[in-house]
Amino acid sequence: MSWDWSIIWQYLPRLLDGALLTLELVAISGLIGIALAVPLALLRVSPNPWVRALPFAYIFFFRGTPLLVQIFLIYYGASQFEAVKQSVLWNLLSEPYWCAIIAFSMNTAAYSAELIRGAIQAIPRGEIEAAEALGMSKPLQVRRIVLPRAFGIVLPAYGNELILMLKGSSLASTITLLDLTGMARTIIARTYTPLEIFFAAGMIYLLISACFIGGFRLLERRLNRYQHYRHHIAHEMTEVDPRLQD
Amino acid sequence: MTMRKLIATLSLAVGGLLSALPAQADTETIRIATEGAYAPFNMIDESGELKGFDVDIANALCAQMKADCELVAQDWDGIIPGLMTRKYDAIIASMSITDERLRVVDFSDRYYSNVLAFVAAKGQELDTSEAGLKGKVVGAQRATIAGQYLEDNLADVVGVKLYDTQDNAYLDLAAGRLDALLSDKFPAYDWLQSEAGEGFEFKGEDIDINDEIAIAVRKGDPLKDKFSEAIKAIVENGTYKEINDKYFPFSIY
Repeated sequence: MSWDWSIIWQYLPRLLDGALLTLELVAISGLIGIALAVPLALLRVSPNPWVRALPFAYIFFFRGTPLLVQIFLIYYGASQFEAVKQSVLWNLLSEPYWCAIIAFSMNTAAYSAELIRGAIQAIPRGEIEAAEALGMSKPLQVRRIVLPRAFGIVLPAYGNELILMLKGSSLASTITLLDLTGMARTIIARTYTPLEIFFAAGMIYLLISACFIGGFRLLERRLNRYQHYRHHIAHEMTEVDPRLQD
Repeated sequence: MTMRKLIATLSLAVGGLLSALPAQADTETIRIATEGAYAPFNMIDESGELKGFDVDIANALCAQMKADCELVAQDWDGIIPGLMTRKYDAIIASMSITDERLRVVDFSDRYYSNVLAFVAAKGQELDTSEAGLKGKVVGAQRATIAGQYLEDNLADVVGVKLYDTQDNAYLDLAAGRLDALLSDKFPAYDWLQSEAGEGFEFKGEDIDINDEIAIAVRKGDPLKDKFSEAIKAIVENGTYKEINDKYFPFSIY
């Protein structure tokens, strides 16, 4: 079997077109997903078991079934019902693009909600108590303390989730979308050079992941900056008064 | 005494083994891949068994060649790469001979001929000329002749949608996401006879693209000629017609 670099260069523009669609799917679903995940997580930590039940069922379903099955249920499943095809929903569901976005958003919302719930529960009790002692109302606590702290804690894990979603987005190719994987498969169907084209596609995925990782590293430094300050400030303070150490 | 007996028994056993060896080498095992999602040519029945026209032809050819055959199901996308990496030795999966495929595999003589046809809902006006198709959404299976025909000849005129399997393309045609489907005619004929295909029919003229369906083997593999000879033999001895008539009221050779 021979290796042909020229085939990669020849089809690179089409692969990049595919990569653009992949990025679009991940970005839009990521935003919708996180917007759904925050309220889900807040409901999930409610002390009331009836309030907790709904997000629990949602998360249980979407984490417990394969993403491919969810995509097929939404794309091929929904179209089996005349009622769906007659409704306004069909405007969205008739487009594979929106079916993919719905499936990815719902899926990532479930995982992210679970991550945020963990982060909320990991916030030191003392910080919430301090907010209470200052007389903050519940909504104000959530806005000023709980969510900002939870975002800082959840960030490394959420970066992970986003990368998993990037790779999961390759399933969009099963519902006729020409994302990076779909484009690669369509090219291979014609050229029979799976090695070269999948190699090129893999490299593009790797590059996108690297950008995500770098971006999250920066964001982490920003949101968790107190961790860097602490060391710095503590050092300055000991110069003033050694008793202030720790 | 006992020692002599033992030696006698052993030599008998060894002799038996040796004489059995060449007999085993005579019946080689040929591993044949098919897709299993292309009714009525190859599909998987309720019990998980492969069946269909291709499978019947494969079995008839193996019987003709007096070879042991093992059938495996393989997704269409990876069916040629799998042959090249020796996961199996031949593909009998309704595969058309194309220039692109000829660069990487060899083909036997044809075992049937294919034409393309448009399928759309009954009662729907569909002009299958280029002008008539303008702006329509037309689907086909990825990595097929129909898919390539759409991309090569109609990509600027229609919206092309490519599916992993023919079944998924039918589902989307029934769901109304496609205005029409371009497909190999014979499997579409089979679908139109089924309950799911009731509301649909062939539109316009068939597209004859001089499409021959043959068995793919690795480049330079002598299996190519063996298959060609076996095809000729079953066409002549009537086995082919028997299989043909099981599926279609007309000859597809």
